[in-house]
Amino acid sequence: MSRRAKVKRPGGGRLVVLIPYLWLIAFFLVPFVIVAKISLSQTAMALPPYTPVLDLAAGWEGLKQFAAQLSLDSYALLASDELYLRSYLKSLEVAGVSTALLLLIGYPMAYGIARSPRGLQPLLVMLVVLPFWTSFLIRVYAWINILQRDGLLNDVLLRLHIIDTPLAWLASDTAIYIGVVYSYLPFMVLPLYASLEKIDPTLLEAAADLGCPRWKAFWRVTLPLSWPGVAAGALLCFIPVTGEFVIPDLLGGSRTLMIGQTLWTEFFSNRDWPVASAIAVALLALLLVPILFYERLQKRAIGETP
Amino acid sequence: MQRTSAFNVVSVALGLAFLYLPIAILVVYSFNASRLVTIWGGWSLEWYRELLRDQPILDAAWMSLRIGALSASAATVLGTLAAVALTRGRRFRGRLLFSGMVYAPLVMPEVITGLSLLLLFVASGVDRGFWTVAAAHTTLTMCFVTVIVQSRLIGFDRSLEEAAMDLGCPPLRTFLTITLPLIWPAVAAGWMLAFSLSLDDLVIASFTTGPGATTLPIRIYSQVRLGVKPEINAICTIMIAVVALATVASSLAAKRGAMRRAREGLGVQV
Amino acid sequence: MEAVAPPLVRFEAVTKRFGALTAVDRLSLDIARGAFFALLGPSGCGKTTLLRMLAGFEAPSEGRILLNGEDISAMPPHVRPVNMMFQSYALFPHLNVEKNIGFGLRQEKVARREIAARVEEMLALVRLQGYGRRRIDQLSGGQKQRVALARALIKRPSVLLLDEPLAALDKKLRAETQFELMELQRRLGTSFVIVTHDQDEAMTVADRIAVMDRGRLAQVGPPAQVYERPASRWVADFIGEVTLIEGRFSAPGIMQTLIGQVRVADAGVPLGETVWLGLRPEKVSIGGEKPAGDVNAVAGTLHEAGYRGDMSIYKVRLGDRSLMKVAVANTGTRQRDFSPGDVVWLSWPADAGMVLTQ
Repeated sequence: MSRRAKVKRPGGGRLVVLIPYLWLIAFFLVPFVIVAKISLSQTAMALPPYTPVLDLAAGWEGLKQFAAQLSLDSYALLASDELYLRSYLKSLEVAGVSTALLLLIGYPMAYGIARSPRGLQPLLVMLVVLPFWTSFLIRVYAWINILQRDGLLNDVLLRLHIIDTPLAWLASDTAIYIGVVYSYLPFMVLPLYASLEKIDPTLLEAAADLGCPRWKAFWRVTLPLSWPGVAAGALLCFIPVTGEFVIPDLLGGSRTLMIGQTLWTEFFSNRDWPVASAIAVALLALLLVPILFYERLQKRAIGETP
Repeated sequence: MQRTSAFNVVSVALGLAFLYLPIAILVVYSFNASRLVTIWGGWSLEWYRELLRDQPILDAAWMSLRIGALSASAATVLGTLAAVALTRGRRFRGRLLFSGMVYAPLVMPEVITGLSLLLLFVASGVDRGFWTVAAAHTTLTMCFVTVIVQSRLIGFDRSLEEAAMDLGCPPLRTFLTITLPLIWPAVAAGWMLAFSLSLDDLVIASFTTGPGATTLPIRIYSQVRLGVKPEINAICTIMIAVVALATVASSLAAKRGAMRRAREGLGVQV
Repeated sequence: MEAVAPPLVRFEAVTKRFGALTAVDRLSLDIARGAFFALLGPSGCGKTTLLRMLAGFEAPSEGRILLNGEDISAMPPHVRPVNMMFQSYALFPHLNVEKNIGFGLRQEKVARREIAARVEEMLALVRLQGYGRRRIDQLSGGQKQRVALARALIKRPSVLLLDEPLAALDKKLRAETQFELMELQRRLGTSFVIVTHDQDEAMTVADRIAVMDRGRLAQVGPPAQVYERPASRWVADFIGEVTLIEGRFSAPGIMQTLIGQVRVADAGVPLGETVWLGLRPEKVSIGGEKPAGDVNAVAGTLHEAGYRGDMSIYKVRLGDRSLMKVAVANTGTRQRDFSPGDVVWLSWPADAGMVLTQ
């Protein structure tokens, strides 16, 4: 009898969703499809440097011909050549170790900020975030200044007679770890701080009231309650670090080759687009589970899923 | 929870020192008259002069600023729309895919997004250059805007919007005159973040750029591979100064706004 | 006193479902022009949902809502000639007092000079002259409430909706504001619809009360009627205090109960059917001896005596182990020294009880 009226809330309109949705489909989804397609193509001395090229004008015949020319050669190469396997493993190793280091350094920092006087906290958070607003490249470059052979670190160590000859800090795994931890620290501290800050202080009072010493209360109350922050921070660091390019390229040596560098080399130096695409697809497959896990965490944080 | 122990103070102080020391060193050495990092040759503006003579770097800086401004603005609009759609919109088909696409760039390795975008441009035959980099940056940074705006929208008091509609304001105008002014700090923060990320990006710009569209990070990177040049210290210091100034200016503006409103409130009585 | 003129607002078999939950269940209600109407009920009874449907923030799942005979069920809130005063006041924090109050008029594209004049008028009406330029965060709770009221009234709506408007105020301010609201309503002649869970408030301000229970209408009527002649035990118990005694009519005017035979004013109830006698505490007298005269009298033991300042409340245990509550005004002329354990006599006239059949 009555029309099912819809109460239009501000922002509930269809256009609001459509605009960003279309943009993302065009600039996010479609590119991935293309990457997948090219990973199945073959290198060619042509422009673009791969075949086959999808020519929709050729109709159904063209489509069948297109499908016939697809091959898994690139993937075969990935599986057979040890270089790629080592790169993947190296990336996972670097990502894992640096995430652990980030947790080790970031947690006390976040905890310290959460426990500082209320009024000071926003300022401290801003101080942690501020370097992030300056160039990523600059910050990595700053470490080159310090770590190079005739750089500041060696200079200080020599003057303090801790070492006799300048050490090669650069071009090593250590340098990469320093660079990663330095660059990604805000990504770890912020989620940790956010979840630590939410913890109700009266819970710790209750723990003390029930006979828990300070360190035990931390272990049994604070730490478990901060798991969401730990998970978010760890994922937020681990996933991008796996594919890092700039840091290993500038600070790492020629011996350490992470997958991001491999991809770059394949693409820019070898001009082998299919293989580069295959590397990207494989990397994405590798990271799919962590990425989905992170998204689930995000949704839970904003209250969409229980 | 407020008991500040020595351990806490030390860990925060050390952490902040670790973060700022390299930057401080870089800034100081941009004024170093000597070319070598280990020798202090006195204060000098030599490298800044050198910088001003270096046309390619200046061009690259200008390019980056333009791309940054454009992509940040586009990303802010798109990101805010996405945030609104995710927090206010009803269950629409494909919501899962939408939110997946929105959050993914947060964690996706840049080499993957860069590569995929380049392949898109090649496949569609678009000439690569200023516009492709801007589009790429917009896509990358809009998710950051979404996250920031969304967290602000979630705590937003809906009864204010209902009150406005109750008083005769249609939904769209309500959003523009009531909601937006109240969430604008988040939107502004989103813009700033998008701008910084664009200014800063090397990987995606390298993939999606074309002839004549060298951005500053690309230029710096190519120089750095050849070794440390003091000029780079100078341009880096300038970039740091710009960002620091912008941050300070925006927080001052926010404070000034609050003070002005307080003065107005206490003021004229009929 | 039934309304002869067509109702201003009519709910026709309105139902509202949220998923599996039915908040409002086939509710039909009329609200007259110029009335101060209260929607009263415990939390979760659907009164706020009903109000929001009238405002336009929720759409009915079934049924219609008519305003002046026009079906407004599908009308969006910004078009309806209905305005609401929100429980949280919902004042726009980035606008000052005058801009808040004038907001509705600006949406109507009224000329600026007229807006200024009407804003001044409203400020005078709610006694906030001179506060025009103040920021919202500088106002006290009571002042914010008056701004919210002015903002809603300035558009001269047909109906003003008030969502628990006095909940945040302390007791004294609440009482003052209640009278202010009643006076305002009388002066303006606008229909007010107030949602409240506070029955004292509803009884004080409203001309008619609709008592709601779990999405349904339990009773509608003027406060006196709802209080003195409740439609059911539930209503009798919800509004004010009551002692319920189960029994059966053995003869017209005579009820057999567990505490003995009781004389009740004839209610036309068939003999033999189970009914309940409802007794309001203030209608029962308490004394040390059996009272003389043509009244019902029952003896019991004093269980508890409470002193509330204006009244004394006694709980008396009767023969069937049930408790009867008695409230006596402390007029101060006689000292009643009853202690727990004393034998006391309770009495009430035949017409003091309410007969409840459901």
